[in-house]
Amino acid sequence: MKSRNWQFFIALLFTAAVVLAPRPAMAALGGDVSSVQADQQHMKAALQITTAPAYTVHELHQDTGTVVKEFISPAGKVFAVSWSGPFMPDLHQVLGGYFEQFSQAVQTRARRPGHAPLNINQNGLVVQTGGHMRAYFGRAYLTDALPATVRAEDIH
Amino acid sequence: MRRFLMAVLLGTLAVAIGCGGGSGSTSSTTQTIATPTQNVQPLIVDGGSTAFQQASGSIYVNGPFVTLTVCAPGSTTNCNTIDHVLLDTGSYGLRLLSFTSGGELTTAVQSALPATSVSGNPSGECVQFVDMTFLWGPVATADVKVAGEVASSVPVHVVGEGSAFSTVPASCGLAGSTDDDDSLVGLGANGILGVGPFPQDCGPACVTTEPTGVGAIYYSCPSTGCVPSTIPLAQQVQNPVSLFAADNNGVIVEFPAASGPEPTLSGSLVFGIGTQSNNGLGSATVLGINSSGNFTTNFNGSTMPDSFLDSGSNSLDFDDNSIPGCQVNTFFDCPATPTNLSAMNLGANGATSTVSFSVINADNAFNSFPTAGVVPGLAGPSDGSFTSFDFGLPFFYGKNVFTSIAGKTAPGGTPPYWAY
Repeated sequence: MKSRNWQFFIALLFTAAVVLAPRPAMAALGGDVSSVQADQQHMKAALQITTAPAYTVHELHQDTGTVVKEFISPAGKVFAVSWSGPFMPDLHQVLGGYFEQFSQAVQTRARRPGHAPLNINQNGLVVQTGGHMRAYFGRAYLTDALPATVRAEDIH
Repeated sequence: MRRFLMAVLLGTLAVAIGCGGGSGSTSSTTQTIATPTQNVQPLIVDGGSTAFQQASGSIYVNGPFVTLTVCAPGSTTNCNTIDHVLLDTGSYGLRLLSFTSGGELTTAVQSALPATSVSGNPSGECVQFVDMTFLWGPVATADVKVAGEVASSVPVHVVGEGSAFSTVPASCGLAGSTDDDDSLVGLGANGILGVGPFPQDCGPACVTTEPTGVGAIYYSCPSTGCVPSTIPLAQQVQNPVSLFAADNNGVIVEFPAASGPEPTLSGSLVFGIGTQSNNGLGSATVLGINSSGNFTTNFNGSTMPDSFLDSGSNSLDFDDNSIPGCQVNTFFDCPATPTNLSAMNLGANGATSTVSFSVINADNAFNSFPTAGVVPGLAGPSDGSFTSFDFGLPFFYGKNVFTSIAGKTAPGGTPPYWAY
């Protein structure tokens, strides 16, 4: 979905009290909350913040229509990401420091005939992708970094 | 001989159908499978082409294949007839493996297909599948002929070749990826005929925007190298059915039931819904599809809003923690005994439909029937999020499954919809 409500976007900028100083691109998954601003600039996305009891969700609405969510613990760490939309997100950006592990896991997995959803669960990193053309979705999370009351089902 | 066998098969079917293939709204319905004619093309599930089986050393289980003809636009002689094209209700558009990559689209025909250009530069496409495999190659236009239907100047995806396209862009697939499916063994077929419920394979998103790197689908390829680009709707790779002169509002996939693993299974691909005497909806339930191309499946206490009917997948893929996975064929389910389950599908139009299905032990089936191209009840897990039920080809056995195309008019509801 595309958010083209510029007044809403400007209001969000102010209420989020974000300092938009340029930063080097940093890890999203496993990174800290300050890296979300880098992601926002990199992705040219409008930002929405939702607060749940055990975590905060920063929702980045890219102008391509893909939505990326970053789940942030009370300590400010991105413990999960999810995405949905007409394009796969840049997994280098979204998985950050975990991209290499993911890439290795994908390339060394046993291949099955035909195309099927992906479920990588290895050494504390879970990456799951599904969907089809025009509607891709997926999520990634760190099993050791889920806040106490958060279940995997909450991440989507 | 073929017509005689088909008549016998139909006769047997009329008696045999009535249980097992589905319940709820479609129980006790006689399944009629259309005979090949102007708007009907045979389908075959046969384990894959001989060339594929020999090159891979394996059988492509539950792959539905169709034969079609592709010609240079306006030509009746500069053509290839290509067999073992995967019939896929879960994707959109025709993709053909080039001869030099192991397919049947010859260099002679391929070089006569006008290259698609945007702003003066040839277009390339990187199609990413969710398992990180991908297809890369140029976009070109061709006449596509199936049975008696013709689509003129359809944008198609040529997989694997073209001098400007021999280098896969770094943003296509994972860097250094082994997941390049631009080969007969990788793809498992000579092509994919995507007959899903939308006309273009990307749609409005690719008209106005493009990701700057990874995730981009369409590329502009000047001599300096391919870069992501936007592309107008009319030039995107397109479901050829939507461009037929008639019978262009959708397709019906018709396979009889299979009682167990078999070497082959024959069916029919019917063009058009409610346009001729052989393609009416009958008593099928119409399930509306949302703008993502999905409906909701309620299964085992989970609500799965990203569910779809996918003849291009060879198993029922859904998450269920109570079904053990296999020891040998680890992608699939291995319950101790065949398990009967049911799910309720909820369409975007509010319609509901309960479906019953079986899950068999894949290790036992492959062990006992190593050459079976048809394995009903083959199932496996989805991505693990419990949000998506991918109804692969086993769902289609014993049902006539209708796919209508968004933007067209069809009986029973406003497309896009699936019906069965």
